[in-house]
Amino acid sequence: METLERILAEHQFFKDLAEPYLQLATGCASNIRFEPDQFIFREGEEADQFYLIRQGRVALQIFAPDRGAITIETLTEGDILGWSWLIPPYNWHFDARALEVTRAIALDGKCLRRKCEEDHNLGYELLKRFAHIIEQRLESTRLQILDIYGVRS
Amino acid sequence: MASAVDLHVKSPDDIVSSMSPHLYGIQRVRKETEDTFTLELQEKSGQHKLSFAPGQFNMVYVFGVGEVPISISGDPASPVLVHTTRAVGTVTRVMSKLRRGDMLGIRGPFGTAWPVAEARGHDVVIVAGGIGLAPLRPSLYEVLSHREDFGKVVLLYGTRTPSDILFREELEQWRARFDLEVHVTVDRADSGWRGNVGVVTTLIHKAPFDPQRTVAMVCGPEVMMRFAALELVKRGVSAGAISLSMERNMKCGIGLCGHCQFGPFFVCKDGPVFRYSRIKDLLTKWEI
Repeated sequence: METLERILAEHQFFKDLAEPYLQLATGCASNIRFEPDQFIFREGEEADQFYLIRQGRVALQIFAPDRGAITIETLTEGDILGWSWLIPPYNWHFDARALEVTRAIALDGKCLRRKCEEDHNLGYELLKRFAHIIEQRLESTRLQILDIYGVRS
Repeated sequence: MASAVDLHVKSPDDIVSSMSPHLYGIQRVRKETEDTFTLELQEKSGQHKLSFAPGQFNMVYVFGVGEVPISISGDPASPVLVHTTRAVGTVTRVMSKLRRGDMLGIRGPFGTAWPVAEARGHDVVIVAGGIGLAPLRPSLYEVLSHREDFGKVVLLYGTRTPSDILFREELEQWRARFDLEVHVTVDRADSGWRGNVGVVTTLIHKAPFDPQRTVAMVCGPEVMMRFAALELVKRGVSAGAISLSMERNMKCGIGLCGHCQFGPFFVCKDGPVFRYSRIKDLLTKWEI
């Protein structure tokens, strides 16, 4: 049977994390499912969780009054959704909406944040892993705003 | 480096032949997107049998206006010559207004090809950005016509918005195949789009292929190709197994005029398809 601990251990984000930390993360984790068009979180709400997407597709969106909901990025199986739980003031900056049936593991960010304050080795380990994701997303966003497809003839 | 020795290989007759356009008539015009169109062409005299390898290009002459290099986007096994291009300059804007029965001059085919034969027995990853899907389509046709000779075949396609997606019907047909993995992503979308949003390079790390036995073909804007190649290398694909199609100001098509010089290479003759291992150091040089 696939336990949460095993699923987390096999995921790239938690790979090679020390066993006690993995157990701690598992203690903060739960399975969750979202229906198509269901909001996972809304801009401005308190960011108290992050998600490991196991199946489905999630759109990160921002609403503009004259344009409606604009999708900035989509995340799919294997992606990590959300890092605002880690950075003050702990509020979501975008909307996240499931585009199809989405299964995920939700991790309690408040709980993990407290543990990170208590154990800075854990805090540094998680920050390194999130920094890697943030760097990848920043690079992709930079390419996106270049609008590169407009120039080739 | 391209040298005088290379030029001596061609006889005067070869050069004259390469520089003389053949008359082709437009059989069909297909509007692909707002600014992109496909022309299906047939040679008029029946004398010129144009066979090409996927990745090669022709010099296409709009009489009285000018000549431009356009890669061939059709099936190498078909007798119909197919070109897909975007209306962006003087020549292609006029070309976009041509209709069935109008004539064009064709010189070619020129340049190097995608390593389709070399990919036999391997997984094939095709990464296309924007109109870069057009030069890659012939290689996909060839792979699919000998599908059993290849391992996994993956097409990763990125474009600006959903309305800029090329060959939409064909993409749907390809997506429906069980022996072909197709992933499309766009840079910008409203809430009506249910597919992926993000640059095409983000699709690479999750795509199902074995990097140790993969041949990758990449075509699109140069920046996109650079980052796609870096992602492929990060996945474990060797630089020698990655090919890119370069674009420069090609004029003669046979390495004589020097307009398309790219460091030590002429793109029209040594390219347009290059191994990434051969040109990766040139891609980051501003002065080239």
